[in-house]
Amino acid sequence: MTEIGKVIFIMAITLTQTAADRVEKFLANRGKGIGLRLGVKTTGCSGMAYTLEFVDELHPEDTSFESHGVKVIVDPKSLVYIDGTELDFTKEGLNEGFKFNNPNVKDECGCGESFTV
Amino acid sequence: MALLQISEPGMSAAPHQHKLAIGIDLGTTNSLVATVFSGMSKVLQDEHGHALLPSVVRYLPSGEVVVGHEAQAQQSADPVNTVVSVKRFMGRSLKDIADRAHIPYHFVDSADTTKHLQIQTRAGLRTPIEISAEILKTLKARAEKSLGGELTGAVITVPAYFDDAQRQATKDAARLAGLNVLRLLNEPTAAAVAYGLDNAAEGTFVIYDLGGGTFDVSILKLTKGVFEVLATNGDSALGGDDFDHRIYCWVLDEIRTKVRESHGHFNPLNEQDTRLLLTKSRQAKEWLTDNHEAQITCRLSDGSFVDVTLTATQFLELTQHLVTKTLSPTLKAMRDANLGIEDIKGVVLVGGATRMPQVRHAVEDYFQQTPLTNLDPDKVVALGAAIQANALVGNRSEEDLLLLDVTPLSLGLETMGGLVEKIIPRNSTLPVARAQDFTTYKDGQTAMSIQVLQGERELVADCRSLARFELRGIPPMAAGAARIRVTFQVDADGLLSVSAREQTSGIEANVVVKPSYGLTEDEITQMLKSSFGSAETDKKSRMLAEARVSAGAIIQSVKLALAADSNLISDVEKLAIEAEILKLEAIAKTEDAAAINKAVDSLNHATEAFAAARMNASVSRALAGKNLDEVNL
Repeated sequence: MTEIGKVIFIMAITLTQTAADRVEKFLANRGKGIGLRLGVKTTGCSGMAYTLEFVDELHPEDTSFESHGVKVIVDPKSLVYIDGTELDFTKEGLNEGFKFNNPNVKDECGCGESFTV
Repeated sequence: MALLQISEPGMSAAPHQHKLAIGIDLGTTNSLVATVFSGMSKVLQDEHGHALLPSVVRYLPSGEVVVGHEAQAQQSADPVNTVVSVKRFMGRSLKDIADRAHIPYHFVDSADTTKHLQIQTRAGLRTPIEISAEILKTLKARAEKSLGGELTGAVITVPAYFDDAQRQATKDAARLAGLNVLRLLNEPTAAAVAYGLDNAAEGTFVIYDLGGGTFDVSILKLTKGVFEVLATNGDSALGGDDFDHRIYCWVLDEIRTKVRESHGHFNPLNEQDTRLLLTKSRQAKEWLTDNHEAQITCRLSDGSFVDVTLTATQFLELTQHLVTKTLSPTLKAMRDANLGIEDIKGVVLVGGATRMPQVRHAVEDYFQQTPLTNLDPDKVVALGAAIQANALVGNRSEEDLLLLDVTPLSLGLETMGGLVEKIIPRNSTLPVARAQDFTTYKDGQTAMSIQVLQGERELVADCRSLARFELRGIPPMAAGAARIRVTFQVDADGLLSVSAREQTSGIEANVVVKPSYGLTEDEITQMLKSSFGSAETDKKSRMLAEARVSAGAIIQSVKLALAADSNLISDVEKLAIEAEILKLEAIAKTEDAAAINKAVDSLNHATEAFAAARMNASVSRALAGKNLDEVNL
């Protein structure tokens, strides 16, 4: 009997130009690192929380994308929650930082740090 | 939506648990606050895009306190209630202030001569600690707004030459401002950290800091991640402002010459014109950093027009003596450290005034090497403090070594004959604890007075007395038989505690010393209490707002219910409810939160029967046409 594998469509993780410029600047300042890791953690007030880290080494199961010259790395568990996400860098008043525009999100906690899908 | 920063691999914080850390450069002229965003140190700006907060605090007639540019603008109009350069008074008593005649404030010395001085303002007596706390509060608010959360802690920088009393005063000010002080850091060390010199190999570095009104030069030696202050020197009355003043005097001379040529009469400038010309002079100085000549034009209040051109060469001649003046403290520091220029591995420029080309050239000529200038010299100390704060709250991976600091001056105690016995030598790595045994001087001596001293000199009279305490209950024995172990301990902030214990008899008598220049616990509690004064009014307005919100909510829902189900109640009941609504609407316009809450309760009460009727009606609607089995109760 032939085993038929299920085809999984992966969209991509992208960065806006502003976000990519910032990441490149932060990586250059840090002096090391191959890219940016996006992920989710299961904690927070409404289920899951985003993580954003520098990457020094790749894990075998990681998926990599390239966006505006920046290498974006995601582990497979996180990818299902954030596939299709566009990462932006914005200013809100005096505060500035990265923002996940995640099409999978159904509900966010008031603070936006955690979400449910 | 919260905005995220990039963390080190594996160091992502759980939501709402980000450790926000800041570095504060609490300067004489200007103060700054910085933080680390995504691994990069950055100075935070206020709403108007200003990074520098003038270290000026003004007490307004309304009881309000303003800090920064707004206070600075009113400095000459209200000098007595506008405190500038409060850092010069930190941890000082009146006898320490030399040029009191030139300072506009009304100083009041505490009856206890070892205590800090106070300044009489229209808001009452204020200690330098309280005034500094106002500056820190402003920076804290800016940081909280920028970072969108509560701060875990702060690193605050102090001059390398600050003694224990001045350090304690700085720490007290931070506590009063509600900041958790992770560490006090020497300013030159912070500048070295900003340049990443702590990651570099070992070596000796010079930090040349020419600020707005002060000049400091420090020689730091880096060994295995420890910065040792080899020597410091400086001039507390020399800075960028003096360069502005030289230009200002030159412009005045030019005006005078022109007036004389046209046989006119030169009127002395009024205060407004003086300020205008000083501002123009500062702008010309800044312009000459990148240009060959600067035009100074303005209209004075008497209608006359000033239009002069200052060339870079003229500016150089005007200010050469000021530049030279910085070199003699530098020479002295080098001599104190017993170093030649060939021993210096790098020179860091700090302070806005080091942007002037003549200053850079002078430093370059003297040290025979190009100084480090690629970071903004105004911001470099705050940037370094932020990097250290970020490491201290644990946002960096473990491989990054924590920076260690050293004691700036030796610590010791008084022994017979007014001599100083040093227990902790200067430049000991912090934290440090050292103990030494002492004994009694007389037969049957049962008490011993211990005076804690700081300084490098041998005689008690030449050192600074930090505290004095008595060890009592020593068992009577022959002179020299008792063994009293005195332990000096300095924590990571450079703050000292001293304890004494009688060893031979086994009787313990521990004493904890509080620096006599700092504030006592009671005083701090008192000040914190008075700061709660405004908290009470804040709380009141909050309660009123909350009461109004709940009044609005209940009125809204009762009105909706009446519109939908008024058939469930009699007209009399309906009228009673409507009367309660009108009553609540009227009361909600008043300022009385308690009365509003009472009216809310009263409306709630009046609608109880109505609510019960509605509940029954909706339950019967839901149950209509269903079997009992289908209903899960």
